[in-house]
Amino acid sequence: MAPAPQPSAPAGSPSWQPSPLQRQRLAYRRGRTIRSGITAALSTLVLLAVVIGAVTSSPGWPRVQDTFFNWDKAKESFPAVAAGLWLNLRVMLICAVVVVLLGLLLAILRTLRGPVFYPLRMFAAAYTDLFRGLPLILVLLLLGFGVPALSLGGVSFQPVVVYGGAALVLTYSAYVAEVFRAGIESVHPSQRAAARSLGLSNAQSLRYVVLPQAIRRVLPPLLNDFVSLQKDSGLISILGVIDAIRAAQISTAADFNYTPYIVAGFLFVCLTIPLTRLTDWVARRQGWYGGGGGAV
Amino acid sequence: MRRRSRPQGLEQPAPGRMPRATDPAGGLLSIRNLRKSFGPTLVLDDVSLDVQQGDCVVLIGASGSGKSTLLRCVNLLEVVDDGVIELAGADITDPRVNADQVRSRVGIVFQAFNLFPHLSVLQNVTLSPIKVHGLPRDEAEARARAMLDRVGLSDKAAAKPDELSGGQQQRVAIARALVNSPVLMLLDEVTSALDPELVGEVLSLLRELKDEGMTMLIATHEMGFARQVADTVCFLDGGRLLEVGPPSQVLEDPRQARTRQFLSRIIEAGRL
Repeated sequence: MAPAPQPSAPAGSPSWQPSPLQRQRLAYRRGRTIRSGITAALSTLVLLAVVIGAVTSSPGWPRVQDTFFNWDKAKESFPAVAAGLWLNLRVMLICAVVVVLLGLLLAILRTLRGPVFYPLRMFAAAYTDLFRGLPLILVLLLLGFGVPALSLGGVSFQPVVVYGGAALVLTYSAYVAEVFRAGIESVHPSQRAAARSLGLSNAQSLRYVVLPQAIRRVLPPLLNDFVSLQKDSGLISILGVIDAIRAAQISTAADFNYTPYIVAGFLFVCLTIPLTRLTDWVARRQGWYGGGGGAV
Repeated sequence: MRRRSRPQGLEQPAPGRMPRATDPAGGLLSIRNLRKSFGPTLVLDDVSLDVQQGDCVVLIGASGSGKSTLLRCVNLLEVVDDGVIELAGADITDPRVNADQVRSRVGIVFQAFNLFPHLSVLQNVTLSPIKVHGLPRDEAEARARAMLDRVGLSDKAAAKPDELSGGQQQRVAIARALVNSPVLMLLDEVTSALDPELVGEVLSLLRELKDEGMTMLIATHEMGFARQVADTVCFLDGGRLLEVGPPSQVLEDPRQARTRQFLSRIIEAGRL
């Protein structure tokens, strides 16, 4: 057992000085830290040099460089691809808002109790089963080409991007609904009991006690779904909408130089990286407090 | 509900003003032939119990003897299988009864506090007055602050529950239950999750409540506390009410062999 600290000089008091032994330890640790930093930097540089050297000295490299990494082609295609990306971004933002609202509604419908709500529960369950199972591209094709082919007034003559957005919303709201439902069910029943014991109705308990905790908890997986939505907004290009990918495709078709795809890919990654970092940050913060949901 | 007789904020309905006390013999709370099972397990078996206005009734018994379930039934958190629970002469086990209204007159405090972790201490206490009773926010906050002052936590109003000690959290939970001016308080092993140093602050608060005339039904393992404050001690065993009487009789001169066995084990564990 360690000797009891002197009452006159507790840890943290200004008079405390590290002992010579502790100073030795600190110096040793500092030395180790500097040494590992140098080792990491050196090994990274060596590996990079080897990989770059091997790739650029290989016989096929000039053709790869010309077809995928052509600087002039990149500059030429950039304005069109960037303009297309702006469309992706708007589609993603609008869809994200609708997806959150629809997903939350579906999740709440599935938690309703009572015989009156049976059809609503059934509908929500069937909806999530259906749209989680259908490939997104199939929904896109059905809506983007199938619905206009119906030639029905009102629904059939919308801009193509509307069908693309609708397909994204239908598919993603099914996923997001399940995320919300998992969050709602993760809130301990004792929280609902405490709310009900205070006289709050079922709906009030959900609104003021369960949902705020549930949404906090599912924020990281939710943001993860939005990273995915951001990428998948590129799939609407198959309907002929001129988004980033379509713009790159058009530019590529002129001379079979694939650099525009690399440009589009680079821009997508630039968009998703901040969102993934935000997701990581939120998840870490959740882990620090509120991860266990407090007292249960 | 809005009458503010005491600046401390702890409101007790005067004995003469009990709502519809049509059955004076039955007392404030009258439980008759209550039965409750979870699946094949019979948790409460033909339990009958009367609680008079201002009484402090303590339920003792081993874990799983049905103490918590009895309290949860009175708060309508569980649906009873058979029997009747009357609160102030009205049958609250009638399925047509508005359960939310009953619950807002009966306060319950849980072993694990069950504070809302996403709300501040003040918001925990004002949630029900604002959302259930429709009080304006400033009035609800004034009442809540008075109640937090009453439990000695007026400086913690802005804190989140996880910043408080267990004893402080439990006192917030008591304030949250008291703010609705309940006619009856149910306390379900409220000190069981606390370390021994913090038990005292909660028990002394309960003693004060009892002195102020609050009607309480308490499940506890604190026999010393039971002996001091209880008007009646009930020993539950396997869902049956084996022995009911004043603490001097049930705790010191139990008639049933099973009660004696339970109490001797508690003495061995050093808790009496």
